[in-house]
Amino acid sequence: MKFLVCISQTPDTTAKISFNAAGTEFNSAGVQFIMNPYDEWYALVRACELRESLGGAVIVINVGPATNETTIRKALAIGADEAVRIDANPQSAAFVAKQIAEYARSEQFDLILTGKETIDYNGSEVGAMVAEHLDLPYVSYATKLDLSGDTASLERDIEGGTEQLEVDLPAVVSAAKGMAEQRIPNMRGIMMARSKPLKVVPPVDYMEPVTTVKFTMPAEKAGVKLVDPEQMDELVRLLHEEAKVL
Amino acid sequence: MVLVYAESPNGQFKKTAFEAVTYGKKLAEISGDSCVAITLGTQAGNAGELGRYGASRVVNIPDEKLNQLDSQSAAAVLAAAAQQLAAKVIVLCHTSTGKSIAGRLAVRLQAGLVSGVNELPEINGTAFHVKKSVFSGKAYAEYAISSPVKVLSLVGNAVRAESGGTAVPVESLSLPVPAGRVRVKAVKTVEGRVPLPEADLVVSAGRGMKDPGNWGIVEELADALGASTACSRPVADSDWRPHHEHVGQTGIAIRPNLYIAIGISGAIQHLAGVNNSKVIVVINKDPEAPFFQAADYGVIGDLFEVLPRLTAAVRKFKSSN
Repeated sequence: MKFLVCISQTPDTTAKISFNAAGTEFNSAGVQFIMNPYDEWYALVRACELRESLGGAVIVINVGPATNETTIRKALAIGADEAVRIDANPQSAAFVAKQIAEYARSEQFDLILTGKETIDYNGSEVGAMVAEHLDLPYVSYATKLDLSGDTASLERDIEGGTEQLEVDLPAVVSAAKGMAEQRIPNMRGIMMARSKPLKVVPPVDYMEPVTTVKFTMPAEKAGVKLVDPEQMDELVRLLHEEAKVL
Repeated sequence: MVLVYAESPNGQFKKTAFEAVTYGKKLAEISGDSCVAITLGTQAGNAGELGRYGASRVVNIPDEKLNQLDSQSAAAVLAAAAQQLAAKVIVLCHTSTGKSIAGRLAVRLQAGLVSGVNELPEINGTAFHVKKSVFSGKAYAEYAISSPVKVLSLVGNAVRAESGGTAVPVESLSLPVPAGRVRVKAVKTVEGRVPLPEADLVVSAGRGMKDPGNWGIVEELADALGASTACSRPVADSDWRPHHEHVGQTGIAIRPNLYIAIGISGAIQHLAGVNNSKVIVVINKDPEAPFFQAADYGVIGDLFEVLPRLTAAVRKFKSSN
């Protein structure tokens, strides 16, 4: 069984988000970068678990500059066997999906996994796009994933419930909470990661149909209006007359 | 022409579909086009009703293979319909279904995609700019789409569904539908309250409740308001509440009109799932709880005393209005 896990690098969940004065670029000064949590905790760990029980190999792929290699090594320390870095700035989901698909096209992966979305651009786009480029079935938001022969059994979250489904491999799956538990790399994993193969591949050309114009910050909240805990009629009045939500 | 895919899970249109049609109609007004709604499958309910939300035509592709979601078949057939109807913009709902299809559709149509848009685009000649929330609600990004065909997915509760129009007849469109490779074996839906992503009012509680047996007062407040219930991650992880109620970064992201947070401290991971709510009320006995900084209204007090009082006040308000 050959798994490809797509990993992104994102600012840490608690990072302060700011932009340059023109609002055109993310200000990365002082920002700690991490592996996108959904990619790491769920997609990567589940792929490693399945590889441990079924055999095969887990390859991680990242589209990004050489500075992303710390994150890529962490994925190898968690348990991936090999890594591929497409040497380009991940300018958009469409660009990243195209790069991943072109790499995967000749590699015969049984299962391609992504996180359900990244915590920076929250697009939920890459998995569906990779699947379409490769003409593969796609299941998003999977909270459970098991393999039996060439069939994957999955559970996914839908609005107000869950869906149980099956799909024949090869397929693309996006992973959500529930699929696996976070793994902290141990010292042996970290040592082994140093000598695991990390291949650098040049990007393919891509015409970008979507460009970022600018970033803006949400309007500042006016500040909290405190209501006396004895005066809940007053809170209801404010929600009705002032906030107009009741 | 603006083409809106109106989802009809289990033969029912949900609020998000009406919102998407309303959005499509307003977008069409800006661009001087018409808005056409499209539905898939043989159980697409009362699709003519979509005319009331602004669709000038409603098209249905009546093929049983489309009754359950397979993103591959759905994207193939929507792309073919978009081409046949000469759609310039395709609008989807940013739901579990829409997210499975949007990326595929964009690739098929060589279209630029912006997913999770929260307002109407600005259109100036050929320039097409549209905004979405990024960094888990901590910022907005404005994107320019330069491709001739564009795909947008609209987040729920960003646009209010407006039903001023009239129902229209449903036209059947016959297109080849490729067989899907995903087999849906079972669908389990949670009975009762409105699913969280669609809820206007949400009452949410955290560890401050101390014990799962104390949730009665939360349910009573939710019942009085007609709200849905949610919870924080520690509560879901301890199985005090079901997993589907977990809002926050690893749970679901919601944007209701009113979010009432009870005994939740407001960690950044929790805020990431709720900070797009229009109005936030925080009830907490700890005046230092970080959630107060993100709140519009705050009540510093013991939730076990405050909640019954608030429920009584809501009931009084409801009975006099």
